[in-house]
Amino acid sequence: MSQTRIDRRFVKLREEGRPALVTYFMAGDPDIETSNAVIAALTKSGADIIELGMPFSDPMADGPTIQTAGQRALAGGQTLPKTLDVARQFRKSDDETPIVLMGYYNPIYVYGVERFLADAKAAGIDGLIVVDLPPEMDEELCIPARQAGLNFIRLATPTTDEKRLPKVLTNTSGFVYYVSMTGITGSSLATDTRGVSEAVARIKAHTDLPVCVGFGVKTEEQARAIGVAADGVVVGSAIVSAIAAANSPEGAADAVSTLVGSLARGCAAARIPVGA
Amino acid sequence: MPDPEGMFGIFGGRFVAETLMPLILDLQAEWDKAKTDPDFQAELQHLNAHYTGRPSPLYFAERLTEHLGGAKIYFKRDELNHTGSHKINNCLGQILLAKRMGKTRIIAETGAGQHGVASATVAARFGFPCEVYMGATDVERQAPNVFRMKLLGAKVHPVTAGHGTLKDAMNEALRDWVTNVDDTYYLIGTAAGPHPYPEMVRDFQSVIGTETKEQMLAAEGRLPDMLVAAVGGGSNAIGLFHPFLDDESVEIVGVEAGGKGLDGEEHCASLTAGSPGVLHGNRTYLLQNGDGQITEGHSISAGLDYPGIGPEHSWLKETGRVEYVPIMDNEALEAFQLLTRLEGIIPALEPSHALAEIVKRAPTMDKDQIIVMNLCGRGDKDVFTVGKMLGFDLS
Repeated sequence: MSQTRIDRRFVKLREEGRPALVTYFMAGDPDIETSNAVIAALTKSGADIIELGMPFSDPMADGPTIQTAGQRALAGGQTLPKTLDVARQFRKSDDETPIVLMGYYNPIYVYGVERFLADAKAAGIDGLIVVDLPPEMDEELCIPARQAGLNFIRLATPTTDEKRLPKVLTNTSGFVYYVSMTGITGSSLATDTRGVSEAVARIKAHTDLPVCVGFGVKTEEQARAIGVAADGVVVGSAIVSAIAAANSPEGAADAVSTLVGSLARGCAAARIPVGA
Repeated sequence: MPDPEGMFGIFGGRFVAETLMPLILDLQAEWDKAKTDPDFQAELQHLNAHYTGRPSPLYFAERLTEHLGGAKIYFKRDELNHTGSHKINNCLGQILLAKRMGKTRIIAETGAGQHGVASATVAARFGFPCEVYMGATDVERQAPNVFRMKLLGAKVHPVTAGHGTLKDAMNEALRDWVTNVDDTYYLIGTAAGPHPYPEMVRDFQSVIGTETKEQMLAAEGRLPDMLVAAVGGGSNAIGLFHPFLDDESVEIVGVEAGGKGLDGEEHCASLTAGSPGVLHGNRTYLLQNGDGQITEGHSISAGLDYPGIGPEHSWLKETGRVEYVPIMDNEALEAFQLLTRLEGIIPALEPSHALAEIVKRAPTMDKDQIIVMNLCGRGDKDVFTVGKMLGFDLS
C-alpha cells in the first residue's frame, strides 16, 4: 500500500531523532465541542499522532477511566458518524497529523465494513486499532482496511510469544502497539522499564515497523523512560482523566495542553543521554 | 460442529484482545486432548453419577398432559441435579480442564447466581479459590444465591460498571482474566464467548440430550415429536437439542424471554428481535441500537437477562432447524403456578418460559404425539420474585 500520514510522520520523527507522542482521547466525551477543542490543543502542545476513541457500550479491555469516558460520550449522543465528523473538522486545518481510530469491532460491523472504510478514509482517518480483532479474524476488517489504504495497527502484548509474534505482525502496518502489561487500560506502570526495552527489542527483531508502547504512561518522566527504546509513547487514561476533571471545552483544552506539553518534553529528552 | 476458527456459519469466532488469544489457544489445545482422553471422560462420568446425581429422570407429567388435553408431556428433570440446575454439568467438565491445565484460580460471571453457585461448588470440591463477578443489581435481587456462594468459600464481586447486570459482570470477568493471565481459569457459564467455549460448553451439556434419547426410547420406543427449552445464553437448550439435530422428525423449539413485550426495549429476545453483532468474543444475535451499542434486556427471570445468545443458536435460527419464539413475563408466571399446582414441582422462572410455550402447543397436537421439555432448574431461588409479583409479603 502507498505511504500514509503515519508512515510520513515516523520518517520525520526519525530525522528529528525523537520518539512519537501518541495521544488518545474519547470522541464525544462529554460533547463534540470539547472534542474539537481537545484535538486542536493536542497538536498545538506537541502530540505527534492522535488516537481517537470510538465509544462502545462494552469496552472489555478498558479500565474505569476509559469506560466512564465512553459512557459519558454515549450519554451525550455520540455515534460512529459523529466520531468521523471530529476527524473531518480537524482535517480542515491540519492535513499532516495522523489520526488513528481506536475501539471495538461491533459499531464498525453494524455500520458495515465497506461503508465504514470508505467514510473513514474520506474523513481523513489513517489507521485503525480494533481491540477485539486478533490476527485469526483478519478477513473481517484488517485485510479490507489495507486494501482501502488504511493502516491496521495491531496490539502485541506480554503474552505474545516468539512463536506467535510473526502471526501478529503479518498484516500489521503503520506501527506496532506494544501493550506493556497484561491488564486493562489505566493501570499503573511498573517502575522498572527494562522489561519494556527488552520487549521492544524482541519485536524489532521481527519487523521494521515502528514500535510504540502504551498502558500506564502518565508522566513526563515515564514518557522519557519509555521513549528511550520505543519509537513512540502512547498516553491515554491520563489525558482522559484531565478532560474529565475540566468543566468546559476551554478548560479541557487548557488541561490537555499542560499535560501533553510536559509529556512532549519527556519524549524530546528521551534520546538525550542523562547529564549531557 | 464449528469450523477450525470456531465459526458456525457466520456466527461464533474468536473476537478477543490479543492478550487473551494465547490463553484461548491453550484452552483449545487442552480441550482437544481431553475430549478424546478416556481417563478424562471416565472421571467426568463418575462425578456426573455420584456428585450430581445423573442420569436425571425423564418424567411423564401425567396431570399436566391431561389438563392440556393434547400431546404427552415429558420433563427432563435437570432441576434435581446437585445445586438445582443444569449449570453443574458444565462446571464439572471445566473444573477438570482447569485442573489438567495447572491453573490455580477460578473466575466466573453470574446473572441469577445459578452458575455462580455451581462454580463455587466445584471450586470447593476441587480446592480452588473462586471469585465470582455479579452485577450489583443482581447481587441485590438474588441475595440467597450470593450468600450460598459465600458459604461455599467464593468471593463475590458486585459489578457497578455499566448497568450492573450479567453482561457487565462478563465484561468484568474478562478484565480480570486479561490481568491475571498466568494462573487463572475463566469458567464461562453458557454456550457463548470465544471459541472453543460455545462448543465445549455444549459438549458438557449434551449429556442432557443424550440421556433423554436413551430414556425416551426405553419409555416409548421412539423419538419425541418435539423438544422445547428456554434460551438465555442457551446452554441448557443446546444441551438438549444437539443430540437430536440430525433427527429430522423431531421439531425443536427454543423459547426466549419476551419480557413485557417485543415492541419496546423491555425484553431479552435477541433471536426474535435482535440483529447480528460482535460481543464477548463471538458474533451472534444481539440486542443493540443502530450504532452497534448493546442495550440492556429485561426479563422476570434473571437467568434469561442477557442481550446475546450462544452462536450455535444463531446458526440454528438461520438454517431454520430450530424455531425460536418469545414468551412474556406474565405467561411464564402463569405457567410457573400451573406446574406447581398440577405436578407438585416448583420450576425456576427460566423453564417456566418453555412450559408456557407448551401450554400453547400441546392442546393443538394429537394425543399420541410426544413433547420433551428441559426442566433445567428448580424454583426455590425465585419464590421471592414470584411472591412479590403475586402480592405476598415474604420479608
